[in-house]
Amino acid sequence: MSVETPDIADIRADSVGDFYFPENHVYDAGYGLSEKTIDYICDVKNDPDWVREFRKKALKVFEEKPMPTHWATTDLNNIKFEEFRYYLAGDRKAKRSWDDVPEEVKKTFERLGIPEQERKFLAGVEAQYDSEAAYSNVKKVVEEQGVIFMNSTEALQQHPEIFRKWFGKVIPTGDNKFSALNSAVFSGGSFIYIPPGVKVKHPLQAYFRINSEQFGQFERTLIIADEGAEVMYMEGCTAPKFETATLHSAVVELVAMKGAKIQYVTVQNWSSNVFNLVTKRGIAHEDAEVRWIDCNIGSRLTMKYPGVVMKGRRARGEVISIALANTGQHQDTGAKMIHAADETTSNVISKSISIGKGRATYRGLVHIPKHLKGCKNNTECDALLINSSSRTDTYPAINVRGNEHATQHEASVSQVSAEQIFYMQQRGLSEAEAMSLSVNGFINDLVREFPMEYSVELKRLIDLEMEGSVG
Amino acid sequence: MSLLIQDLHACIPDREILKGFSLEVKPGEVHAIMGPNGSGKSTLSKVLCGHEDYEVTSGSVTLDGEDLLAMDVDARSRAGLFLAFQYPFEIPGVSNANFIRAALQARLPKGEELDAVGYYKKLYRRMDELEMSRSFTARSVNEGFSGGEKKRNEILQLMMLEPKYSILDETDSGLDIDALKVVSQGVNAMRSPERGFLVITHYQRLLDYIKPDIVHVMVEGRLIRSGGPELALELEAKGYELTHAA
Ligand SMILES: Nc1ncnc2c1ncn2[C@@H]1O[C@H](COP(=O)(O)OP(=O)(O)OP(=O)(O)O)[C@@H](O)[C@H]1O
Ligand SMILES: [Mg+2]
Repeated sequence: MSVETPDIADIRADSVGDFYFPENHVYDAGYGLSEKTIDYICDVKNDPDWVREFRKKALKVFEEKPMPTHWATTDLNNIKFEEFRYYLAGDRKAKRSWDDVPEEVKKTFERLGIPEQERKFLAGVEAQYDSEAAYSNVKKVVEEQGVIFMNSTEALQQHPEIFRKWFGKVIPTGDNKFSALNSAVFSGGSFIYIPPGVKVKHPLQAYFRINSEQFGQFERTLIIADEGAEVMYMEGCTAPKFETATLHSAVVELVAMKGAKIQYVTVQNWSSNVFNLVTKRGIAHEDAEVRWIDCNIGSRLTMKYPGVVMKGRRARGEVISIALANTGQHQDTGAKMIHAADETTSNVISKSISIGKGRATYRGLVHIPKHLKGCKNNTECDALLINSSSRTDTYPAINVRGNEHATQHEASVSQVSAEQIFYMQQRGLSEAEAMSLSVNGFINDLVREFPMEYSVELKRLIDLEMEGSVG
Repeated sequence: MSLLIQDLHACIPDREILKGFSLEVKPGEVHAIMGPNGSGKSTLSKVLCGHEDYEVTSGSVTLDGEDLLAMDVDARSRAGLFLAFQYPFEIPGVSNANFIRAALQARLPKGEELDAVGYYKKLYRRMDELEMSRSFTARSVNEGFSGGEKKRNEILQLMMLEPKYSILDETDSGLDIDALKVVSQGVNAMRSPERGFLVITHYQRLLDYIKPDIVHVMVEGRLIRSGGPELALELEAKGYELTHAA
């Protein structure tokens, strides 16, 4: 059989992810969300009964919960749930070799540089295209260490006992309206289990790609690092820019057992029609560490507050986040640090950049109850405004009871001055280059926390944003 | 071939600051401008560089025959105009080495990469000439620099970018005696038949080190007198009032 190379429908040379291929789905749940949609998804995926039940319960919770417009933004009311499709897939089975991946999907990921990164520095890759993973592979040496890395659809079939033990335990269905939505229609996402004592040297990576219009992507990721294990996971995401809205609503649960370390790195670069409403939380047991390193570029509205529940003594939680809000974008991000044992330590460093009419909001929650001893929190949030019409708000909620704790909170707002830009332009840099440099300078210390390959990518994305905004 | 300023008028919304300023700086020449506070010396340098606060209402400026006023700020720089600022700005988080590198990179054709090894070699050599510690490469541009260190850093940039025409706006202010010597040596090392300089200063002592060919007196937005190096000595002795009267 000869495969015709499909045409890319739309290419903007100055954008990383703004292109798409014609739809070519075998499975399509159709528009709107009801019990029938869920039955369709369960049938296609061959879900066990308990999952079908779990999904249907979640649908009820989703339908009953009001939109969080009272504290978030009324833009949420513009999401028309009946206009989305909740499951779109070509082939349900992820391929182990790029050669077996359908041509247009392969081309997509090649354009995004995924196979190249895999060869260069990754221990394993999963590439999701709309609702299902198209490619999934983990290096042999890593597999031989007993590491499980596959998409959640496969994991449900192949490792039901580990999956069921942790699934929905860190983030219950009813945590919020969108975690309920995800619980009802989840598909794809990564499942990772690292056996005791295994330290995975190179990062595991997942890439989430939306190709279709009027579609919602609902991946579900579950990472368990057993006692003393260590892993770094990285995720990237893009979508083309459509006239209509796209929905991305993931749930990510991390479990770091005693002495384990999980680092979760996100570089998202959504197009400005995406509602990105994601719930991420990790549990850190005794002496364990969970770090979220989160970079949010693009989207119409992002609401994301990665959290760490420090459940065991001396557990550590950290959120390092960068948000860039351009005109027409609202980055509503933050961190939740729940101290639930003595001598636990948390650190939040958040930097946001608002360009043009872009809006960045920081929402933090630090909770240290009265009966605990020796807990520490450090929170820093800095905002940079590029134009006088840019906007930033900070809502830090620091709820510390008892007096045997050390907490520290700092916030700052600064603006790139016209004089600063003039100075740089006088040295020969264009206005866009000058702004990029200022922005990169502002987040420089955080970018160092990203793996090298990602910090280069990050710089490139910021340059593109600045170029576009100066025009 | 020259930086040619003819009958330049420039204003801020409520008043005119440059009122018919004319001057020609040819390659190989060093011109000094002296003048009382508020006479418009810094304004002149910023107008030449294209600062958006000022509107040019009439007159012309050409750089080697090209219409400078039609160019963007950055294009003027790349065309060969450099300003050592009276008050240099800080760029938090951007290292000095990266900043100068980006400025040099901006001068290369698209797709061409600056040779990093060669760049650092040259940077270190220039820093040695200016007796700057290596620690300044990694520090953010001008952030936390002392007044004198900032001025030295301006000259470092000048020496790295090798502009055709340089304006030095009160580079001497803030420099101690030893630093003044070192910085002047740096500027002198850049003097060549291909490069012109416009040195703005209040004090003769800078001109002891950087010997000007011509000295001008600027008052109320234009030049009122020009002469040889001896004019600077006369100004120092009599002040602007008497000179004005003469
Ligand atoms: N952007 C501006 N807005 C308002 N006034 C300005 C502006 N720029 C310059 N001026 C005014 O124009 C006049 C000339 O200022 P300028 O800085 O050019 O003087 P100068 O000759 O460099 O003085 P000094 O010797 O003190 O450095 C001053 O009265 C100054 O206040
Ligand atoms: Mg001045």
